[in-house]
Amino acid sequence: MIIHHPLLGPRDAQEFTYLGDASLIDRPDWQAEHAVDRFHDYLYLRDNPAGEHRELWFHEVGDRSWLVVTRNTLTHEITSVELARDVARSRGRSK
Amino acid sequence: MTQSNRLEGGQIDRSRSFDFTFDGKRFKGHPGDTLASALMANGVRLMGRSFKYHRPRGVLSAGSEEPNALVELRSGARQEPNTRATTAELFDGLEAKSQNRWPSLRFDAMAINDRFSNFLTAGFYYKTFMWPAAFWEKLYEPMIRKAAGLGSLSLQDDPDAYDKGFLHCDLLIVGGGPSGLAAALTAGRAGARVILADEDFAFGGRLNAETFTLGDASGPDWVAATVEELRSLPNVRCMSRTTVIGGFDHGIHGAVERVSDHLATPAPGKPRQILWRIYARRTLLCAGAIERPIAFANNDRPGIMLGGAMRAYANRWAATPAQKVAVFTNNDDGHRTAIDLIAKGVRVAAVIDVRADAPRLADCELLAGAQVIDTDGRLGLNFIKLRLADGSERTIECGALGVSGGWNPNVHLTCHQRGRPVWNEAIAAFVPGTLPQGQSVAGAATGDFSTYAVLRSGTDQAVVALSDIGLEAKAIDLPQAEDAPVNLTPFWHVAEGKGRAWLDQQNDVTVKDVKLAHQENFRSVEHLKRYTTLGMATDQGKTSNMGGLAIMAELAGKTIPGVGTTIFRPPYTPVAMGTLGGRSRGQHFHPVRETPSHKWAKEQGAVFIETGNWLRAQWFPRPGETTWRESVDREVRAVRGSVGVCDVTTLGKIDVQGTDAAEFLNRIYANAFAKLPVGKTRYGLMLREDGIAMDDGTTARLAEDHFVMTTTTANAVTVYRHMEFARQCLWPDMDVQLISTTEAWAQYAVAGPNSRKLLQRIVDPEFDISNEGFPFMACGEITVCGGLRARLFRISFSGELAFEIAVPTRYGDALIRRIMAAGEEFAVVPYGTEALGVMRIEKGHAAGNELNGTTTALNLGMGRMVSKKKDAIGSTLSEREGLNQEDALALVGFRPKVAEEKVTAGGHLMTTTGPVDAAHDQGYVTSAAYSPILESYIGIGFLKRGAERMGETLRLVSPLTGTDTEVEVVSAHFVDPEGDRLRA
Amino acid sequence: MSESNGCAMRYSGFRVIKEALTGHRGWGPAWRDPEPQPSYDYVIIGGGGHGLATAYYLARHFGKKRIAVLEKGWIGGGNVGRNTTIIRSNYLLDGNEPFYEYSLKLWEGLEQELNYNAMVSQRGILNLYHNDAQRDAFVRRGNAMILSGADAELLSVEQIRARYPFLDFANARFPIRGGLAQHRGGTVRHDAVAWGYARGADSHGVDIIQNCEVTGFRIENGVCKGVETSRGYIGAGKVASCVAGSSSRVMALAGMRLPIESHVLQAFVSEGLKPLLPGVITFGAGHFYCSQSDKGGLVFGGDIDGYNSYAQRGNLPTVEDVCESGMALIPALGRARLLRMWGGVMDMSMDGSPIIDRTHVDGLYFNGGWCYGGFKATPASGMAYAHLLATDTPHETATAYRFDRFRRGLMIDEKGMGAQPNLH
Repeated sequence: MIIHHPLLGPRDAQEFTYLGDASLIDRPDWQAEHAVDRFHDYLYLRDNPAGEHRELWFHEVGDRSWLVVTRNTLTHEITSVELARDVARSRGRSK
Repeated sequence: MTQSNRLEGGQIDRSRSFDFTFDGKRFKGHPGDTLASALMANGVRLMGRSFKYHRPRGVLSAGSEEPNALVELRSGARQEPNTRATTAELFDGLEAKSQNRWPSLRFDAMAINDRFSNFLTAGFYYKTFMWPAAFWEKLYEPMIRKAAGLGSLSLQDDPDAYDKGFLHCDLLIVGGGPSGLAAALTAGRAGARVILADEDFAFGGRLNAETFTLGDASGPDWVAATVEELRSLPNVRCMSRTTVIGGFDHGIHGAVERVSDHLATPAPGKPRQILWRIYARRTLLCAGAIERPIAFANNDRPGIMLGGAMRAYANRWAATPAQKVAVFTNNDDGHRTAIDLIAKGVRVAAVIDVRADAPRLADCELLAGAQVIDTDGRLGLNFIKLRLADGSERTIECGALGVSGGWNPNVHLTCHQRGRPVWNEAIAAFVPGTLPQGQSVAGAATGDFSTYAVLRSGTDQAVVALSDIGLEAKAIDLPQAEDAPVNLTPFWHVAEGKGRAWLDQQNDVTVKDVKLAHQENFRSVEHLKRYTTLGMATDQGKTSNMGGLAIMAELAGKTIPGVGTTIFRPPYTPVAMGTLGGRSRGQHFHPVRETPSHKWAKEQGAVFIETGNWLRAQWFPRPGETTWRESVDREVRAVRGSVGVCDVTTLGKIDVQGTDAAEFLNRIYANAFAKLPVGKTRYGLMLREDGIAMDDGTTARLAEDHFVMTTTTANAVTVYRHMEFARQCLWPDMDVQLISTTEAWAQYAVAGPNSRKLLQRIVDPEFDISNEGFPFMACGEITVCGGLRARLFRISFSGELAFEIAVPTRYGDALIRRIMAAGEEFAVVPYGTEALGVMRIEKGHAAGNELNGTTTALNLGMGRMVSKKKDAIGSTLSEREGLNQEDALALVGFRPKVAEEKVTAGGHLMTTTGPVDAAHDQGYVTSAAYSPILESYIGIGFLKRGAERMGETLRLVSPLTGTDTEVEVVSAHFVDPEGDRLRA
Repeated sequence: MSESNGCAMRYSGFRVIKEALTGHRGWGPAWRDPEPQPSYDYVIIGGGGHGLATAYYLARHFGKKRIAVLEKGWIGGGNVGRNTTIIRSNYLLDGNEPFYEYSLKLWEGLEQELNYNAMVSQRGILNLYHNDAQRDAFVRRGNAMILSGADAELLSVEQIRARYPFLDFANARFPIRGGLAQHRGGTVRHDAVAWGYARGADSHGVDIIQNCEVTGFRIENGVCKGVETSRGYIGAGKVASCVAGSSSRVMALAGMRLPIESHVLQAFVSEGLKPLLPGVITFGAGHFYCSQSDKGGLVFGGDIDGYNSYAQRGNLPTVEDVCESGMALIPALGRARLLRMWGGVMDMSMDGSPIIDRTHVDGLYFNGGWCYGGFKATPASGMAYAHLLATDTPHETATAYRFDRFRRGLMIDEKGMGAQPNLH
């Protein structure tokens, strides 16, 4: 596969390490009510769609960026690649 | 032996001769021959035996679709089983042996199977070999296995080298026949970066096998002129002997170039083959078509072959399987075989055409509306028996029969990404359906079969493909060429006939087998394939799948596309595993990482051990020491008695900087880090988000906004990745930067009561490293050896007064030599990972065996370290009940009741009174060693409620290694439990 | 309908001979192709190995009737039809070892049980180790196996060399230092497992309905009443999902999210070769395991590609990685040819262990999360699932395979990789 890195252009997927669903960005608040349950759902449950999937890839042998790649799990077609940090900020994460 | 079946003409170099042997018999051939064509020219029809019935077999095809003519090529360590004689390029001295026969190809004792073919039908083995039950493994299966397989491996290490490479292009053209050449010319002239790949050693495809003219030129002359032009273009790379084996995601293709297979041995320094990974913006599949046979009784005798192959041998290789041949066809193209062979002076007894209205095209007898109903000839065809249109029978004597059932577009590569072909009624064949992104198809692979049509689609499709990527190209002017329409009546098998009619010749699958599969409800195309093994041989059914589908369709009352197709999977043709492995074998399997002291350690005679990709000194034997234990015991005693030095460079090092660095680490580590003072080091335990221990190490605070973390050697990469995840994805606005500095610093542990004294000779005098000035857990940036910048940490893994000292990597070698020189007075010793391990067990420190991915802070005795007052990764989920059970495992130490008895790592703990079984398991020993200090074997491990069970005697059982030892539960801190020494 | 409407006839030596001599005209269909009934007591979704085995045991051992297996394509077309055929019970953890050992025992009696020769071949499995830490872990595991009643033997380098003289002992980057053998492990002809169970289930009255895709669940007041399918609505007393890589897709129809990701695992077969590998062997310093089939092909595999996928195909880097390891272990393989590669969809769970459990919807049951180890579990999975369906209590060897183990922190993590499915 080829991942079009937003900063570095097309790169072979072999340069990357895969983590999983981009929802792993949405780490719950440790002080929220039922925090254990929330963390359980966050860490263990997955949509696991057959189709479009937003997922985290780490440019391990590249610039060490975490990327959010939108890829179809049926065809492997990639439709967008974003810096995970930008995605995280857009989802309200800060410090 | 003379080349009795060699004809005139052809594309072979008669000015030179090659000697070769087949089953030890010597023959002659010419450059340009394949093994099959040379054997054929020498009058050899029998080339192999089938898999199950050991039926005598000859060539069926003239290409890579060959199911029958498989040989063991070469000898010794280079022996290559199952090599298709039809693609093996002849070279001088070639040796080939037939396979799957005993004692010889002509007299194969295993052919007895053929007599029992009534028993050995499709799926017979599922119904039998079950009585008595014990006989399956003892008798039946060994018998079946003994008969299994075709050729054999030498079992010697493959002596050849294999390379891998990467190529990029605008347009990859797969297939160098007329359409591929037209496409390459079009794209090449337009300046696009083109790769033209063909599996054959000669470009041209069917133009080499036919007698067509293009304009004024013969086919081969047109090919030669075209290739010459292509080779003159710097933007075009012509790759013959290169098979594109598969299409993968995003335009990436695998291709195998056979660099040296046409030579006796690879030239010095050259690989046998190269695996290319081709990154193509667009791909044009010009893979042509493969002819399909017609099934009839005993259609597998040597001499019976595809019609197109028969004329390929005659036209390209000037060889004929026999002096008198016949042709059996359902289409006009089949008649070309007769025409061409007659032109070459071969007698064609008749053209047998199933069509009652067949046109008369060749200058020989035409038997329209006739069918071949049987054949004769034990090791090669002698007669064919016909049913004529008027119902009468007739026998014709001939040594070969060319069979044509029509042509199948070669859609293989269009299916590698799960595309399914679609049915084309006009040619009664599957043509490409949905194509992978970036791929298009031209030529015969689309179902256009005339020479003009394939040239046309080659050039046109190249123009379209390039325009897709914004490149402009013009269609080339095409020469005048043959443009005959396809004229065919679908016909798959002759219904009449007593004998078996073969579909898959290699796996011995007959029409009857398909019928049986249908009868037993194995009707889905996949069930058919799996039950009968149709299409599962080394040719993957390239010539047989269609026949099987057609018969299943007939039986099921469906159309062929209604039955479906099996999935074409890569590789297109089988690929040597050596090629896919490349250089990554032997010592080059993985890269080697050496520490800066490696050379020095080698000089000291160190024994090295693989630790991941690192090589680390395991121990340093001294003269007179005969066992590793002697060396390790000495090293431990020396450290604990005076001072030793150990290279700990391999530990992961991560530099953490920024105004939020402290808070960041506070969330990464389970224990508190925010308030670590500058100039201090702290042990840190890192959890995964699920609350399980991930890694541990020490982190030093060099400045308010600057920390240096160490990780275990094994987890250096994963910890860094994890921290970058936290930094970029969880807390993107924290002011913190990370960089891995594992390779940037050489680091040594200097341990033992005399370590300070030693280091005082290394550390520049302005730095106070006394106990007061540099107490336990202190850290600082210093200079050594007169001004070299360095870092010093007062941390201890051994439990002794100890330091770790780091200098930039390029000074690592110099520093170890200085340390050793400075320590001479204290009899300093280098120590390796074994002594390091012994000492950490003596101190009860957890390492990889304890941090095994299932243990919690609680298990490790660090439950209280997990701060509940802050958010740290893993802290929330570590509250779950399963991680806080009452009888949780706890890390403790074990001493054998008898000091000489070994403690077995991996042994399980049982009470002395209870039963010994899994249900009563109390825990297990993770690490064990001989302690030269305690003069006893010791171990550490996990025990249920371990902390409460000090002094209890347990059985440490290891039925696997045959040991059963009584051990006492003790503190894991065997040596200096109060820690006085390390604070000294 | 009755239990006797199955059509499979008994295979016997007499029958085989008779049919051979009479042109095989007497063999009936191995299973019927019935039209679906309006309702069943038990509807099993998924005609793979596990689903067919579940149906078989439910009918044969628990005496249940009115059972249907719904298969969206052709039976045995999922992972039971595309795996590397290995059976073994060399597990470490309490939650797993008794289950897999039970499975191995069921394999040992399978042919007689089913009257179908699935070619269970206990040629042994050997896991190599290359360093002390691996050795310690294997000793712990081997002991756990023996203490659970399984067999295990620690082999020295010399013992390994005697059996596998062609491994790279001389020049290996990571030298072989020993191995853990389970002699009762081995291989089974994978397709035959599906067919054998299908034939057995059919003969006990189970309706096997191919080309019948489940498109929805009918759930009323928290109770599952039946399934919508491509062939109409089918009512059910109990609905049991058993669809491996499609688990998330099917259970999403019931509104559930699972602790599962679907990943692609590639497997490979070489051209047929004369016998060289006596048993199953796994490399401990890279991703490669290999056995040789009864037909002579080397059947081998390695690691999963590592990204979520339902595509049933993988990519070249993994192929290369597997062959690199293969060449590192057996340098003679250089001249063997890889014939075919394929990809299966693996239901990779969050701790690498499976789930056989009820769901929060009454009457809806789940079996999945087998990762790439489902084949060897087929008999025990079928038996345990049938037990759960028939009695509403977990089978004694499968008590740990519950959904709530993640919430409760009782993960069964053989590899110790945590909640990252692609590392299991």
